Amino acid sequence: MSASISRRKLITGLTVAGGAAGLTVAARIADRYGLIPPDWGGVYGPGETLTYACQRVLTSGHSMAREFNRSEISKVAPVSGEPPKSDPYQRLLAGNFADWRLAVDGMVARPASFSLADLKRLPARTQITEQICEEGWSFVAEWTGVAVSDMLNAVGVLPHAKYVVVFPFDDAWDSVDMQDALHPQTLVAYGMNGQELPARHGAPARLKVPRQMGYKSVKYLSRITVTDTLKNIGTGRGSAAPDAGYSWYAGI
Amino acid sequence: MAEFVSVLGSVDAGSARRHSALVRITHWINAISFVGLVVSGIGILLSHPRFYWGETGGLGTTSILDLPLPFMLGGPSGWGRYLHFESAWLCVLNGLLYVGSGLANRHFERAFVPAQRDLTWRSVRNALMGREDSASSYNVVQRVTYLAVIFVLFPLMIWTGLAMSPSVTSVFPVLVTSLGGHQCARTIHFFAGDALVLFVLVHIAMVWRAGFMKRVGAMITGGDAMEDR
Repeated sequence: MSASISRRKLITGLTVAGGAAGLTVAARIADRYGLIPPDWGGVYGPGETLTYACQRVLTSGHSMAREFNRSEISKVAPVSGEPPKSDPYQRLLAGNFADWRLAVDGMVARPASFSLADLKRLPARTQITEQICEEGWSFVAEWTGVAVSDMLNAVGVLPHAKYVVVFPFDDAWDSVDMQDALHPQTLVAYGMNGQELPARHGAPARLKVPRQMGYKSVKYLSRITVTDTLKNIGTGRGSAAPDAGYSWYAGI
Repeated sequence: MAEFVSVLGSVDAGSARRHSALVRITHWINAISFVGLVVSGIGILLSHPRFYWGETGGLGTTSILDLPLPFMLGGPSGWGRYLHFESAWLCVLNGLLYVGSGLANRHFERAFVPAQRDLTWRSVRNALMGREDSASSYNVVQRVTYLAVIFVLFPLMIWTGLAMSPSVTSVFPVLVTSLGGHQCARTIHFFAGDALVLFVLVHIAMVWRAGFMKRVGAMITGGDAMEDR
């Protein structure tokens, strides 16, 4: 009996040691392939990391979010939150965004600043996708804009870039990894259902990331920064969402 | 750790126990994950306690169910989602271990698949009225219920849950189109979840009726299989 227990102890010890070594190796590989989300720490970190890593591997073939027919466009498009009350935004809104510029900087070869007219000169993409709020409601709309990948090609992303960070006129800044930034459905959208983007839906331009929950589609864009690390921005967890209690990755 | 190992070891004696160590461990991990899922599920629900049918739905559109609950924005759905998905991983990984081992060692056949002779209305009626004339350990209603929970309700929860993920449905759109749309998936997820909560409440009530301390004790220590059920 005692012999069998010590054998078990040995096996248990080896299993624990092997497990710890395996986890260390797994963490290193996951980090190398960009499978660890910036909010990996804390009590919810393991679940977030599993979700993000699995979904990144699952969607690595540029899988496309579902698209719909014109007839399926929702008649009611609910919205949460109000446009920023701040002076700079209100002044731009009053001037119909004629003076608005979208700055693109960071790890790019040619930092640039786009007016609405500049954006509209880039190839326009249109998609009819579902905006799904994490609260539970959803609607289908047609979005028109510039593929983020086209913008990034225009400014020349440096090879080591890992994330694209977006800063809006309010404080709901956020970021996406390169897989989502370069995804063909990821847009800077300036049109909705054939019209200019309404103020409540994020005028003059918003991000559209249809493979993630609605809150990733940041409204009221002001600046885009390309970076290889999120550690120095805000609390270092990739977006304002974790500070408000929400996960950085919103693919589910 | 040594205690844990020796508890595991006691199963080697196997057949003398009412519940195997694997069943006991996975049962309590499942219980923990289920509490996490229910609490966080309610947290998420509170941000929009209203249900729709079809692809889309929201304030200003027709609902099929309005729960008499307040809309609590910007709070419970945040930690709710973090906790929900972490609990879901625990539940799914633990469930795979339980189902995998149960299929491999024929636990489900022995414990849950009803005998042919028990598939009669008389057996069902006797089971429901507490007149159990079956020699088997669980009566026919219990057996069918456990099978339905393990092989219908839990898979349905996972399916409808994944069907709400725009990332997962970008790879497997059929997960959501087969259900009739995103809001159908959400509504089915809610009702299937309710069914699971109902199961747990009845389960606890039956454990209570059968002798709470003894039955819970058996699920911790393994109990004695020879004991009269």
